[in-house]
Amino acid sequence: MRPFRYERADEVSAAVTTLVREPEAAYLAGGTNLVDLMRLEVMTPEVLIDVRRLTSDRIEELPDGGLRIGAAVTGSDLAADLRVRRRYPVLSQALLSGASGQLRNLATTGGNLLQRTRCPYFQNVTTPCNKRAPGSGCSALEGYQRDMAILGASPACVATHPSDMAVALAALDAVVTVAGPDAERRIPLTELHRLPDTTPERDTVLERGELITGVELPPPHGAARSRYRKVRDRASYAFALVSVAVALEVADGSVRDVRIALGGVAHKPWRAATAEAVLRGAPATRESFMDAAAAELSAARPLPGNAFKVPLARNTMVSTLLELLEEAR
Amino acid sequence: MDLEIELRVDGTEHRLTVDTRTTLLDALRERLGNTSPKKGCDHGQCGACTLLLGGRRILGCLALAVAHQGADIVTSAGLADGELHPLQRSFIAHDAFQCGYCTPGQIVSAAGMLREAREGWPSAVSKDPGAVDVVLDDEEIAERMSGNLCRCAAYANIVPAIAEVAHR
Repeated sequence: MRPFRYERADEVSAAVTTLVREPEAAYLAGGTNLVDLMRLEVMTPEVLIDVRRLTSDRIEELPDGGLRIGAAVTGSDLAADLRVRRRYPVLSQALLSGASGQLRNLATTGGNLLQRTRCPYFQNVTTPCNKRAPGSGCSALEGYQRDMAILGASPACVATHPSDMAVALAALDAVVTVAGPDAERRIPLTELHRLPDTTPERDTVLERGELITGVELPPPHGAARSRYRKVRDRASYAFALVSVAVALEVADGSVRDVRIALGGVAHKPWRAATAEAVLRGAPATRESFMDAAAAELSAARPLPGNAFKVPLARNTMVSTLLELLEEAR
Repeated sequence: MDLEIELRVDGTEHRLTVDTRTTLLDALRERLGNTSPKKGCDHGQCGACTLLLGGRRILGCLALAVAHQGADIVTSAGLADGELHPLQRSFIAHDAFQCGYCTPGQIVSAAGMLREAREGWPSAVSKDPGAVDVVLDDEEIAERMSGNLCRCAAYANIVPAIAEVAHR
């Protein structure tokens, strides 16, 4: 690990100012991803600004019936919160399906959103990677492809976003609150992360110095039931090959409302807007679910090593929708 | 860069000066001579370095010591208070290890896990996310302990060792 200076800011504005002033500074929260990347020398900040005690570690009710989650709330506290478990079960399930008990006790909500891809080439400084070293090339295009993206990738980068939590938040229409050098702003979760295009080194739309202060959940949608389903290479403690977050509301045999997001398939949590459009108002049947999944995945461009993800994503979407339909009966 | 920090480890206060790169795991093992937590992968993937931090289980290899100024840490050695902890006795009774390298991490993790279950925390295999009573069957124990790898694969004895203490 390269030497670095450690600072703790007393106020959000001071932390933001330091990060803007110091070109090689980085925020530290739980550290579960950053400390490892520093040890691998994938990231080499000269200054760490500890923000863990700077943002809220509380989950609070919003006047509209939603919840505000402070950026420093740990994964375990968020997953265990009874309001989250009862009103947004998909979020609790997504958190619990990720990492381990020990990691969830350290990792924060803000840090979870900003964790980096686990692409083996990104994490290995001896191999070309456009995300880590822009212009050096993408090793995955001719290499290990099992974990790579099938939607929204580019010739520059086929990495996937590793978060489970962010997939549930994408389906729930969450909004991220951000403090910056000039003003605070609110970013819909689905617009926080970027597709790689020609600049895969940028994971998110955040500008230099911007600090995530919290995540807001809108009130739960009507009578929607929600669920997170994760498919991976071992039963627990592994990243998703494919995951699905679904909230489904059925009335009189038809889909009244539906929210679907996919994990493990793209550079960002993938909101399945095409599938949702096919399903809204359609009969709540296996055939409709198959049609919707096929419509969403018609845009898939798999690599030879991850073509299995297309039927896997289709089947996971359909089976999760069917499970929620069965529960609603 | 060096910074002075205070740590309470297994009930004893320590004041030490550390390089900012020092993890809690390295501070314990290399500076304080507490080799109970083990360095397995040093990447947060194996659980051998599991510690209790303020009563909650965490990974010592991913926690920078300077970020945990004043922390109250318990290791497997500290769980034994004059006599062996019930989990330690149960691991011996069930032969829940072969080489033993992962064992301190397994035991500390189990202690943290049992407290989480008592507080009603759900897991990924919990059937009803809203239920507050946790029944620690073998599937629940395996899921909740999935962050602790045992390359001797003593899992078949680790799960019953923990279950016996959980069901007391």
